[in-house]
Amino acid sequence: MAQATKTIGGPSPESVVTLEMPVWRIRLMLLWRSLRANAALFAENPIGLVGLAIIFFFFLMALAHPILMATVWDRNVYHPVVGIDQTIPFHPSPPSPTHLLGTDPLGRDILSQLMWSAKSEFFLGTVAALVTLVIATTVGAVSAFYGGIVDSLFMRLADLIIMTPVVTLLIVLSTLMNVTLIELAFLVGILSGFGGATIIIKSQALTIKVRTFIEAARVAGGSNTHLIVKHIIPNLLPLSFLYMMFTVTNAIFLEAVLSFFGLLNIRMSWGLMIHTTEYCGYLLDLKRWWLIFPASLSITFLCAAFYLVGRALDEIVNPRLRRR
Amino acid sequence: MTTQEPLVKVEGLQKLFPLAGGLFTESRSAIHAVDGINFVIPPGESLGLAGESGSGKTTTGKLLVRLIDPTDGHIYIMGEGGEADIAHLRGKALKRFRRNVQMIFQDPYESLNPRRTVFDTVAEPLEVQGVGNVLEREQRVAQLMDVVGLSPPKTFLFRFPHELSGGQRQRVAIARALIIEPTFVVADEPTSMLDVSIRTGIMNLMQELADRLGVTYLYITHDLAVARYMVDRLAVMYLGKIVEMGDMEEVLHHPLHPYTKALISAVPVPDPTFERVLPDIKGSIAKPIDPKSRCRFYDRCPIKEKICEGSDHPNLEDKGAKHYIACYLV
Ligand SMILES: Nc1ncnc2c1ncn2[C@@H]1O[C@H](COP(=O)(O)OP(=O)(O)O)[C@@H](O)[C@H]1O
Ligand code: SF4
Ligand SMILES: [Mg+2]
Repeated sequence: MAQATKTIGGPSPESVVTLEMPVWRIRLMLLWRSLRANAALFAENPIGLVGLAIIFFFFLMALAHPILMATVWDRNVYHPVVGIDQTIPFHPSPPSPTHLLGTDPLGRDILSQLMWSAKSEFFLGTVAALVTLVIATTVGAVSAFYGGIVDSLFMRLADLIIMTPVVTLLIVLSTLMNVTLIELAFLVGILSGFGGATIIIKSQALTIKVRTFIEAARVAGGSNTHLIVKHIIPNLLPLSFLYMMFTVTNAIFLEAVLSFFGLLNIRMSWGLMIHTTEYCGYLLDLKRWWLIFPASLSITFLCAAFYLVGRALDEIVNPRLRRR
Repeated sequence: MTTQEPLVKVEGLQKLFPLAGGLFTESRSAIHAVDGINFVIPPGESLGLAGESGSGKTTTGKLLVRLIDPTDGHIYIMGEGGEADIAHLRGKALKRFRRNVQMIFQDPYESLNPRRTVFDTVAEPLEVQGVGNVLEREQRVAQLMDVVGLSPPKTFLFRFPHELSGGQRQRVAIARALIIEPTFVVADEPTSMLDVSIRTGIMNLMQELADRLGVTYLYITHDLAVARYMVDRLAVMYLGKIVEMGDMEEVLHHPLHPYTKALISAVPVPDPTFERVLPDIKGSIAKPIDPKSRCRFYDRCPIKEKICEGSDHPNLEDKGAKHYIACYLV
């Protein structure tokens, strides 16, 4: 260090470089650029676009509900849980100009219930997906990196979860406890995070761990934590992100099943709408289609939409699946 | 030079890779990738390490930068606190050691993280060693980028590896190795994956940087022409052993070990006065799994005799003028 020859800078002062922007702004720009590039790839995929369109449609529904309630919909009539239209003598009533999708057996507006529930589905899906993302990425990276007993423990746990019938487990749990929406979101997130997603992400992490840039980072002086956080996890995120989509599908489906059996402590949801229909004996009554079809089609479409987006992301994340 | 303290001193360095055992038996077999080698590198006198693929060059390099732990032996490297055996450093001491000793890898397509920008990659040693703040690191990185020929730096700083050519990537990798101003750098065939037309540029750059920053290399290559261009002294490795070592020109013009002779006869040398030695060794390099206690080169040696089989692998001996040979018959 003391040697005078050891200076990196060129002899001339013009080698001093000034960047026009602080580093964080450049990083934001880079993020934006990579998002745009990936969006362009995504846009080439019709399956993904269909999925995205459906998700967007439901998102608008969720967004519009509070606006409608605040403006044109009377709270006493249109509230999805406690509203009732007293002007109609008999419920369930078929679609009409005042109730575009009719009313349920308790006199509540179906469209309002549908829109209100969309918001809960997004909440449920987002929380479950984030929990999965955090758990699966961390556990997968750590297991792959350290191997040994840590790895064995997590992998046995994953096997156990995969072998467990999740629907049955959740039915038992929700019978024993009063499971709310957020609790369900965490349950689904934890089960999928420690379960199948971990195994997939760990196997990806194993292939990253042995690459030369990891050795290079070690020679640079990086600690184990540095290697995991700065090198392994960033290379896992695309795959984790993909698995988030499948978690959303799972969460929405499981919510529907549990609500259908009336096991969730929840005020309104698509599953609960079907439950109410069944409870009042209209489940197989096809003449009163508005009781069952809007809710069940919503479940089907939103589940399918996230699945399709997942498949499209799969093609971006795993380029060998890409046509061309 | 000879009176100077060595920068690197390696004694009896060994690395065994145990082979996986059977279902119920624990394996006692091992690949002797590096099997008891000794050498010194004085400051400023880069050493070349040549030999066929599989002879243990990369393993030697990784041992010296402590990417893998030696099975046995000592590695002394001059650092701030004087000479120290770094063969078993851990924790903080190992991290300090990494300020002094760096490595440039063979494949620039593999050695850069595809998700990190050039700036992130080059600044990484400074970042993890806690040198300077972001602005200072930015300045240093930009200056070094200029020096390694990635200019103007601001057009390169925030590119990703896939936006660079192979040569540019290797320049980034060189910058990463030198930003922390190490004294000793292991360069593992840094040009072998590059297009022939740009190799000279990279080699010139590495020499310029060595002069400017006072860096000494262990330059690994299987190409003797490259070694001649880059280094002052050469060590030739075969199956985990150094079989010949000496001044580059001396070894090239007066090779004594039959393996070195064969290696040299395989290279076209653009020198009409160069006297071609008798070529050719049979077969190809094997894996050094539990080698027999005899000369490692015995199976392929064209001049072998009884003594070579009866005794252990010959020691590396000075045959005058610091020209070392490991052969019973020379
Ligand atoms: N991590 C490892 N595990 C097992 N064997 C290895 C490992 N690394 C290298 N080897 C073996 O050690 C020997 C020397 O390899 P290497 O050092 O890469 O040689 P070179 O760089 O000269 O081509 C080879 O036989 C190789 O198969
Ligand atoms: S010791 Fe014998 S076998 Fe080994 S290189 Fe010399 S002559 Fe050949
Ligand atoms: Mg090699």
